Amino acid sequence: MSIDTDVTETLDVKGLNCPMPVVQTKQAVDELETGETLEVLATDSGSMSDIDGWASTTDGVELVDQVEEDGGSETVYKHYVRVE
Amino acid sequence: MSTDDTTAGESAADETAGSDADDPVAGDPSADEVARLEARIEELESELSTVRSEVDDDPQKMVIIATKGTLDMAYPPLILASTAAAFGYDVTVFHTFWGLEILHEEHSKDLKLSSVGNPNMPMPNAVAALPGMDALTTRMMGKRIADNDVATVEELIETSLDVGVDLQACQMTIDLLEYDEDDFYDGVTTGVGAASAFQEMVDADIQLLV
Repeated sequence: MSIDTDVTETLDVKGLNCPMPVVQTKQAVDELETGETLEVLATDSGSMSDIDGWASTTDGVELVDQVEEDGGSETVYKHYVRVE
Repeated sequence: MSTDDTTAGESAADETAGSDADDPVAGDPSADEVARLEARIEELESELSTVRSEVDDDPQKMVIIATKGTLDMAYPPLILASTAAAFGYDVTVFHTFWGLEILHEEHSKDLKLSSVGNPNMPMPNAVAALPGMDALTTRMMGKRIADNDVATVEELIETSLDVGVDLQACQMTIDLLEYDEDDFYDGVTTGVGAASAFQEMVDADIQLLV
């Protein structure tokens, strides 16, 4: 997937639950420059709607994609957030 | 009768319109008048841009008043506060009465659940009131929190402080419960009272009492 090659940083919040995925995504995004993309790996199923809601309300970020990946024992929710 | 009334009303309206057309004010305004109006427009536009920049510069604000100190009631204010900060909000949580226990470094790690007075508990109140039942239900909830990867109260406090949430401890309650400023987490604001909390609420977009 082309998004993978564009990823600047990856944030692993697997095993963390609400509100941590959103809060840590925000902290990680603050460290990035304009045009860079953050990949977030989460196991919290609520992160799909939480990160979507956060990105659509927050200035300066765009949610490029969200992917649900079956990783065998657990489902991993991948989020791609670009800093604008 | 009613037809006459209508006619009278219409003719009165016609007269008003006619007199308007004859009014000198409705004609071309004088040069002085134009200059005065132009100056006024300029003045209002500059005021508007000042107001706009003030509104744009100030981040949105949320204030939560946290008054409860049981394990279940410690979560909502901390989760909302850290989430709102992630949304770019300027957040203040004012802890008063038992809400102070959340900020007490030692007590916060040992918050209890009340098994009495909670109809959702899987036991009658008469049983829930027996000695040791609060400890039992607290242990059960603690295990669920760990099993479900829910953050601990301590982790949520550290995270909230990291993202810039202002956690405030009511000075009157600190004195009332005979606590010391050193009892609280580093970064907690002390020496604040109802007036400062109220002032923050006046400026806030969201105010909650938990």
